[in-house]
Amino acid sequence: MANDAMTTTAPGFAEGTGWQGIVGDWSADKQAFGVPWGKAMMWIFLLSDTFIFSCFLTSYMKVRVSTTIPWPNPSEVFALTIGGQHLPLILIAIMTFVLISSSGTMAMAVNMGYRRDKKKTVALMLATAAFGAMFVGMQAFEWTKLIGEGVRPWGNPMGAPQFGACFFMITGFHGLHVSGGVIFLVVVANRVRTGFYDRKGNYDMVEITGLYWHFVDLVWVFIFAFFYLW
Amino acid sequence: MAYVAIADQGQELHDPQSFITKYIWSQDHKVIAIQYSITAIAVGLVALVLSGMMRLQLGFPNSFSFIDPQSYYQFVTMHGMIMVIYLLTALFLGGFGNYLIPLMCGARDMVFPYMNMMSYWIYLVSVLVLMASFFVPGGPTGAGWTLYPPQAILPGTPGADGGIVLMLVSLALFIVAFTMGGLNYVTTALQARTRGMTLMRLPLTVWGIVMATILGLLAFPALLVSAIMMLLDRTLGTSFFMPAILSMGNQLDYNGGSPVLFQHLFWFFGHPEVYIVALPAFGIVSDLLSVHARKNIFGYRMMVWAIIAIGGLSFVVWAHHMYVSGMHPYFGFFFATTTLIIAVPTAIKVYNWVLTLWKGNIRLNVPMLFAIGFVFTFINGGLTGLFLGNVVVDLPLSDTYFVVAHFHMVMGVSPILVVFGAIYHWYPKMTGRMLNETLGKIHFWVTFLGTYAIYYPMHYLGFLGLPRRYYALGDTSFIPDSVATLNASITVAALIVGVVQILFIYNLIVSLRKGKPSGGNPWQATTLEWQTPQTPPVHGNWGPTLPVVHRWAYDYSVPGAEEDFVPQNVPRDVVASEAD
Repeated sequence: MANDAMTTTAPGFAEGTGWQGIVGDWSADKQAFGVPWGKAMMWIFLLSDTFIFSCFLTSYMKVRVSTTIPWPNPSEVFALTIGGQHLPLILIAIMTFVLISSSGTMAMAVNMGYRRDKKKTVALMLATAAFGAMFVGMQAFEWTKLIGEGVRPWGNPMGAPQFGACFFMITGFHGLHVSGGVIFLVVVANRVRTGFYDRKGNYDMVEITGLYWHFVDLVWVFIFAFFYLW
Repeated sequence: MAYVAIADQGQELHDPQSFITKYIWSQDHKVIAIQYSITAIAVGLVALVLSGMMRLQLGFPNSFSFIDPQSYYQFVTMHGMIMVIYLLTALFLGGFGNYLIPLMCGARDMVFPYMNMMSYWIYLVSVLVLMASFFVPGGPTGAGWTLYPPQAILPGTPGADGGIVLMLVSLALFIVAFTMGGLNYVTTALQARTRGMTLMRLPLTVWGIVMATILGLLAFPALLVSAIMMLLDRTLGTSFFMPAILSMGNQLDYNGGSPVLFQHLFWFFGHPEVYIVALPAFGIVSDLLSVHARKNIFGYRMMVWAIIAIGGLSFVVWAHHMYVSGMHPYFGFFFATTTLIIAVPTAIKVYNWVLTLWKGNIRLNVPMLFAIGFVFTFINGGLTGLFLGNVVVDLPLSDTYFVVAHFHMVMGVSPILVVFGAIYHWYPKMTGRMLNETLGKIHFWVTFLGTYAIYYPMHYLGFLGLPRRYYALGDTSFIPDSVATLNASITVAALIVGVVQILFIYNLIVSLRKGKPSGGNPWQATTLEWQTPQTPPVHGNWGPTLPVVHRWAYDYSVPGAEEDFVPQNVPRDVVASEAD
């Protein structure tokens, strides 16, 4: 196919050296990237979504430095006392571990999808979804605990009101992404199970789901770094 | 294993039969485009009426009892927001983007038609939510189209009860709709082109629309985030944008937020938004000039690179809207410099348009008149942009009518002239009939000259220091009495221009049945959309096989060719290409 396109390429467009050659090459084919439509679209969507989370995090940093009331210490706020031990950030550490593990199972699911191993693909995708659900569950626990301690979007006993506002907004928006991802994973896993993608002839959707999932995971790393560790 | 494009896999398209699946819940990009266009034009007419009401108040202060200060601010706000987002963005990208991208790329449809359909319906919901704000207690928001906090959500601002909430929800819905459509436009143009349609053979229309869509996908997130945060401030009482503040003598519960943060987010969206509206206009006008001057576009590659450069630069200039908010002088220096650098690729485009016309075989039909009108208007608006891009010049001129004149010339009138030109140009393809030429010419001259009668005097009013957004001027010593006369004349011109648009709508409706049959390629154009087997194109666009492209989009007046245009799908052994 690539050869067909080359034979109809105009002289002066695909030729040339250096930058002109690169541009000519890249623009010469019928498609700019050698990937399925859905995958290209998911990449573009994730780029757009990156800008959403960047705006959230930048706004959070801005209000954090501009508020006049001291910012609560996240290590203390997110500490748990387990078995008499005072452990700062322990829940967040477990949540992060769970979510990153889920990226591992997702990557394996994509691998199994390529090998057309239906059973393992389904199992690994469901495992990923279970990890995701676990993450959301722990987040719900964290929210409950903070709400119990009096943290609200409009104020909290520990310090700057923006702390609660940013916390609920950013983790909430990310939690919605994870929840959506869990539903997405279950639906796609079910379609793998029923043979929908065998009839369609490709397992692209498994990989596309994976892209989304890894992205949600990566975003969490940034939220973790900027919100909990700062 | 090379991936086989879906267009090559011989999959059958769903073929809708009933009226409802064909015209209402349609997944055909052409029907969706027309749905988008009609909705956008309808809501644009609302905004046009609002601007007429504003002008009535400004031209003849206190003569109309139904325009009080409150409603005046609501008119200003809704006029601005509707025109910029719900009319221009939706019409250029949802309308022309939907219609032209698959046809010009040689695709059968957008890559994901169902999502494309959802895009329109969510857009419609966002429009309805926006319109609903006219009917809630307190009316629509009157915060100004920039919605600056803290005043946008404080009591005392018109529409602070329900209007602002509906506005923010509507914007969020619009962004969801736009994202669904936008992903389709970009993916289709990048991944679903027909054989031989290299990126550097795409008509500039597609380049402009796709680049604008990319800008939208990267800029609208900032608006979404600011809308969410303001909605939280308004409904939950968070303090993202709200500092500690007194209202009517009472301290409110807000504390420690940053109003300037909103401005940054808003303009990080707002400036690319200018180019979201301008780049499709640039692209379309390039094609109109080339077709109707029977000449290839001058400097095609430079035109493409200029579109890309403008798109990139548009993300690093946003704070030039905020000079009066105060900033470190070095930031002002930085943003003034980047702003003025944009003049370089823009000037390249203007020179190339003029050089395309140079010694062309110009056919002064209606689309061409609008295209040339655009070049004039855009130069006017662009030059005043150079004034406002400089910090020291901007400070005294900001918040005067000079700014109103500038942005209406450059991103109001200019793109809308292209919209008109494009409708006159592609209407025959959409319906199979020509629009009436005489009515079109009347429409053009009244609109074109009328806008000059409206906006030229506004530059002068701005130099006098006349502040914008004022409901009434009252007795102010530095404003001479002649301003009132000038304002009245502007209002008369604005009303005439407003009324003449009825002619245009009439033309659109009547020509649907009574227009002269156009045939498949009335303008003798080269691009693929004019080479479809049927006019208007049927579902699937191309019949059994996709067209194969052998040349760029601008083979006009090729020496040795029988006719003065060679369509893109004519093989090169039949006629050589100018681009060789």
